[in-house]
Amino acid sequence: MTRFGFRAALESGAFTVTAEIGPPRGADAEAIRRKVSPLRDWVTAVNITDNQGASVRLSSWAGSLLAMAAGVEPIMQLTCRDRNRIALQSELLGASAMGIPNVLVMTGDHPRFGDHAEAKPVFDLDSVQLLWAARTMRDDGKLLSGRKLDPAPSWFLGSVENPSAPPAGFRAARLGKKVAAGAQFVQTQYVFDVGAFRQWMAQVRDLGLHERCHILAGVGPISSLRALAHLEQGVPGVQVPDALARRLRGVPADRTADEGITICAETIGELRQIPGLAGVHVMAVGNEHRVPLILQQAGIGPVPSPRPAADAALTPASLVTGGPERAR
Amino acid sequence: MSVISAGAGPAAPPRPVPPRATARSMYLLHHLLEPNAGYRRLAGWLEARPGLRRLFTAAEKSVKKEIFGCRMCAQCALPSTGYACPMTCPKELRNGPCGGVGADGSCEVYPGMRCVWLVAFERADRQGRAGDLLRLQRPIDHRLWGQSSWIRYWQGQDTDLEADAGRQAAAT
Repeated sequence: MTRFGFRAALESGAFTVTAEIGPPRGADAEAIRRKVSPLRDWVTAVNITDNQGASVRLSSWAGSLLAMAAGVEPIMQLTCRDRNRIALQSELLGASAMGIPNVLVMTGDHPRFGDHAEAKPVFDLDSVQLLWAARTMRDDGKLLSGRKLDPAPSWFLGSVENPSAPPAGFRAARLGKKVAAGAQFVQTQYVFDVGAFRQWMAQVRDLGLHERCHILAGVGPISSLRALAHLEQGVPGVQVPDALARRLRGVPADRTADEGITICAETIGELRQIPGLAGVHVMAVGNEHRVPLILQQAGIGPVPSPRPAADAALTPASLVTGGPERAR
Repeated sequence: MSVISAGAGPAAPPRPVPPRATARSMYLLHHLLEPNAGYRRLAGWLEARPGLRRLFTAAEKSVKKEIFGCRMCAQCALPSTGYACPMTCPKELRNGPCGGVGADGSCEVYPGMRCVWLVAFERADRQGRAGDLLRLQRPIDHRLWGQSSWIRYWQGQDTDLEADAGRQAAAT
């Protein structure tokens, strides 16, 4: 199965676009197909979130398999919040065995933000330790315990970073730790303040990290004033600059969504100029169908080479004979 | 019923604790506590005497709890974190702050409190030790909760707790 394009696109040096979808709250295979289908010709790979916001959703490995069956390359997210080191390593083995080509590991939101605030947080490993464990599993063929794996798993290994969260003096260095631990690509939290991001990228280049890790800047359209208020208050570590908030509040209510898309497209345009940036990661959760419009406005066309349709090359062995409907 | 039992972490999520001693004094104190033949003998001697070991561990706990909010994970990272305890982070992160730190430096889980990793960075940075935070901290052994980290430290039992990030990077 060598037809996956995400890693190859990054390694070719092309400006690469990924997007993100949130699996449904329900045993709904069709929802994944519905969300990823409009993205197929526009992005190289799609993140499948892992119970994002600490709220229960269909699992990210199942979502990843469903995306593959719909002809879209998945990036399976995996958080440290809900599983100890036994479950995390087992999940990583399962992902590789099922042909999921990319895994993105992160610490994860604390349960107190989710729909089961009373849950026991796990956090047995942190994101750096999980990256390290995954890299060791793949490259050394060994578990954290030292036991040998036969065969070793293989995936392209990614992580996240939030350039705009304090301490500003440590954020690039923290990415350095993740790269040292095994991150081959990184997607950032939402970038709304391009100036601040530019400064972080300068530090990243000083450390030479852009040469050892592909960096994709996180972007997303703010589609309503409610979404704006949520981002300003409800999402840990995200800051919306005053000028941007004023601009959104300054347009008539029926134009907010369009303005949000225009701003997002402009942001992508500015980010493209930053040396060392490998691409953008568009987070338009709930508005996945508008991603092509954002990219069009930003002057980014569909993914060039004809993408493989929902064929066997993208379909895990167990789903070859059935589509998502069968899997349901 | 006693809640102080080895192997069982407290039920409530940990809260960030700003250390009650300056980083400078702690770096100085660290020099006095560095392993040597004497400490190694003392640690071995304590290890062989369960009653005294418990007494010593209780004393260590009361001192470190008062100063750092120590929870007795027994695998002390303080020398690498500007002497702000990462196990008081609600996510128990040992390799740096999460992405949820507020613009004002607040903890995402306890917005009224300052992120303990921000405190760690500032304390280490002011002493020219920010580079310590770059060390890769290995996952801890959860069987050791409640044990004395000093006894382990003096006997050289925690030398594999961290690794140099540069060496790891070179290996990739």
